[in-house]
Amino acid sequence: MQVFRKIGLGISAMLVSLNACADYSWNFPTPVTPMALDTLHVHNKFMLISMAIFVSVLAIMIYSIFAHRKSKGYKAVADKAPSTAVEIFWTLIPFAILLLIDFVIMGIPAYHSVVMMENTREKADMVIKITGSQWRWQYEYLDGDAKGIKFVSNLSTPKDQMDKGFDGKKDEQYLLEVDNRLVLPVGKKVRILMTSTDVLHNWWVPQFGSSRVAVPGFLRETWVQVEKEGTYRGQCKELCGKGHGYMPIVVDAMPAEQYKTWVATMKEDLAKASAGADKEWTKEDLITNGKGVYEKNCAVCHQVSGSGLPPAFPALTGSKITTSPIFDADGKYLKDSHLDRVLNGKNVMPPWKGLLNDTEIAAVITYERNALGNSVGDVLQPSQVKAARQ
Amino acid sequence: MSTTTVAHHDDHAEHPTGIMRWLTTTNHKDIGTMYLTFSLIMFLVGGAMILGIRAELFKPGLQLMNPDFFNQLIGVHALIMIFAALMPAATGFANWMIPLQIGAPDMALPRLNNWGFWLLPPSAILLTLPFTLALFGIGDGALATGWTFYPPLSIQGGIGVDFAIFAVHLLGISSVLGSINVIVTIFNMRAPGMTLMKMPMFVWGWLITAFLLIATIPVLAGAVTMLLTDRHFGTHFFDAAGGGDPIMFQHLFWFFGHPEVYILLLPVWGFIPQILETFSRKPMYGYKAQVYSLWGIGALSVVVWAHHFFTAGMPVPALLYFMYSTMAISLPLAVLFFCWIKTMWRGSMSFETPMLFAVGWIILFGIGGLTGLVLADVAADAQYHNSYFVVAHFHYTLFAGGIMGIMAGTYYWLPKMTGHMYSEKLGKLHFWLTAISFNMTFIPQFFLGLAGMPRRIPDYALQFAEFNMISSIAAFTLGLSQLLFVYNIISCARGGKKATDKVWEGAQGLEWTLPSPPPYHSFTEQPVIK
Repeated sequence: MQVFRKIGLGISAMLVSLNACADYSWNFPTPVTPMALDTLHVHNKFMLISMAIFVSVLAIMIYSIFAHRKSKGYKAVADKAPSTAVEIFWTLIPFAILLLIDFVIMGIPAYHSVVMMENTREKADMVIKITGSQWRWQYEYLDGDAKGIKFVSNLSTPKDQMDKGFDGKKDEQYLLEVDNRLVLPVGKKVRILMTSTDVLHNWWVPQFGSSRVAVPGFLRETWVQVEKEGTYRGQCKELCGKGHGYMPIVVDAMPAEQYKTWVATMKEDLAKASAGADKEWTKEDLITNGKGVYEKNCAVCHQVSGSGLPPAFPALTGSKITTSPIFDADGKYLKDSHLDRVLNGKNVMPPWKGLLNDTEIAAVITYERNALGNSVGDVLQPSQVKAARQ
Repeated sequence: MSTTTVAHHDDHAEHPTGIMRWLTTTNHKDIGTMYLTFSLIMFLVGGAMILGIRAELFKPGLQLMNPDFFNQLIGVHALIMIFAALMPAATGFANWMIPLQIGAPDMALPRLNNWGFWLLPPSAILLTLPFTLALFGIGDGALATGWTFYPPLSIQGGIGVDFAIFAVHLLGISSVLGSINVIVTIFNMRAPGMTLMKMPMFVWGWLITAFLLIATIPVLAGAVTMLLTDRHFGTHFFDAAGGGDPIMFQHLFWFFGHPEVYILLLPVWGFIPQILETFSRKPMYGYKAQVYSLWGIGALSVVVWAHHFFTAGMPVPALLYFMYSTMAISLPLAVLFFCWIKTMWRGSMSFETPMLFAVGWIILFGIGGLTGLVLADVAADAQYHNSYFVVAHFHYTLFAGGIMGIMAGTYYWLPKMTGHMYSEKLGKLHFWLTAISFNMTFIPQFFLGLAGMPRRIPDYALQFAEFNMISSIAAFTLGLSQLLFVYNIISCARGGKKATDKVWEGAQGLEWTLPSPPPYHSFTEQPVIK
């Protein structure tokens, strides 16, 4: 086994250096977790074995193709009605070779890899929850200092770069940049719980070697232990609708100290946001904030202009929901009102109550009612959203 | 091939002419011809769709289509290629060749045969109609979930999903009818003296395919019907909120879907050894070993399905079981490869087009098989799964292993079917263009997958640009090369050098004892096998 490991490492070193001198990438990106390293070894070892099989079989075929030709006058040598014993002997040779490769050379290490991959709980230092939604990821820290930190991560590549006829320079990280990155401490085993709010998604960062489907209504788990500081990128890899290509993953792996600082800043922001929910906002501030929230979260379907993509995604401009009252005479919010739809969703429209905070929901609703060609004129305060959640 | 092109020496054959001949025919060769023609047309339709995809993926950015249309094209491309191109091609050859190879006058159930074919055009229409309807503002296009129909995405989807569900129902009925016919024909109509262990390999391959189809198609039909009731009648088979499970659909789908791979490949594994023995001028090696291997693969294929979704989450024992059972498929497959190569070894080989395709097929299908073996490794599969590595892998098995195999069969039997020789020069050109551009299309996709490009995305990060561009250029070459194939077939059907009865110097088997083309009722007197 040791020999294979060495050969595997040699090859990966060679391939990585090939990587460095060309824009082309010929192998997995540099692994940064134990699982990804294991995967790279399996891959390299197996590529070596299959290359050896392929080349030797091909060599035999090529020899035969050139030597045993009719045009060279080669006379067919009829297999002398192979006696069953001889035939069994010969055909068992390839059988035995594959038996050895499958269940010994590959099979034994594969067993250990599977056990390692599925061992999510033992010695886990922290737990996070990842929720996939059409078409964004939500990250939540479930324990330790960071407990309670929760945010949504959206694609942040400017829309015009994706359009037809864009002739400027695309960002270096085109389609692989997000507004809020997941931050993980280096060297800690992070247990990841995975779920989804709508359809199947798959959280995949190639350099981590782990990928797991997010299934709505179920928890799935996996784990990562990032050994090297840096920024790592990945994408959703389960077809999840029209935004499937537009839900990237960006992870910053930080040393413990830096991670602590990040946690402290995030906690502060959270406190500020919940304080913001209690204060009275002006209409203008809400609209300004709401524009940002809208373009990040809503414009994918309802479009930047609010015109939607009927019939799947209705227009907001002049729609019944965005122009009719939110509250009844007693101040209770109405069923099928604007606020109800945003909080609880319906059909394809996801429920946003878990994804956006009170201020964001208040801002985006105020924006939708007073921009995008609408001018209802009313203002929704974060405190009203907070009340509506109860 | 049109009605005017099949000239028959029919002594006692009376049949209507013109369109009525084809609508009402119960003749196995007429029906076979219709299956093959349908398959060729749908191959071009499915190919055109994927060229749209490759054009979009030529460079980063959205050039030609919106993501939703992109998703529709990939799913319908796969359904068309699998159900409307590859399967009908195999059934077409079954119709043409099984009676000829076992010395029967026709298929056992001729009216069923006719119905089996005429279910296909409506289902092709059902699959593609939503594209047209969307142009008139009805619905939002075809199925956009990929060919696998995974819920809950397919429950969200528009009427395209319903159309696809009914198309799959029709295609499934057609396949089951065809399979029943094949089994009944093989068990009842073999020439005297042709015991099971003397049957040509193609007949064996099809017999196992037919059993697999009958075993698995009903499961697919059940799964998509459950999807239909989830969509419209308020059931919750695949909805966790009502106690269902989306992953259960994947189990049901792939219980059909994995055997399906072998359903597509087994007929090819049948006739490739026959081509090899013909052009090596010596009998195939290890007939019995091959037959047992085919059975072994057929049996294993129905117990390995969950390797298609290792990343969906499963208990460790299940992961291990599906990993090891999947790896076990390589054992009989290794025996097959050995026998194929041993058949060539020390033969007196010549390389007419069918032989070129058969030899190229062994090499390319070998790459598909080897990459499939490493995909079985659960831990590594987390990385490969749903990346372009998988896309490249299954095109090596289904394009090289399936379609290029069918092409080998087409060139092999075309002179027998039409009575004319095709252009050997064009055939060889077609082979080299296909083999080279196929590799240029899919080798870059292996590297794209390793670098981390997920499949089914309409736009991609800049680091994937070069390989995608190479792949797109090669894909267009591959697509255009197929026009040579079409031209060669049409001109061969229209005329050309007369083919002899035996056609190929080393040909063996009953079909070569009949004139080319064979009489309308193939064997009116049963040949006797000694």
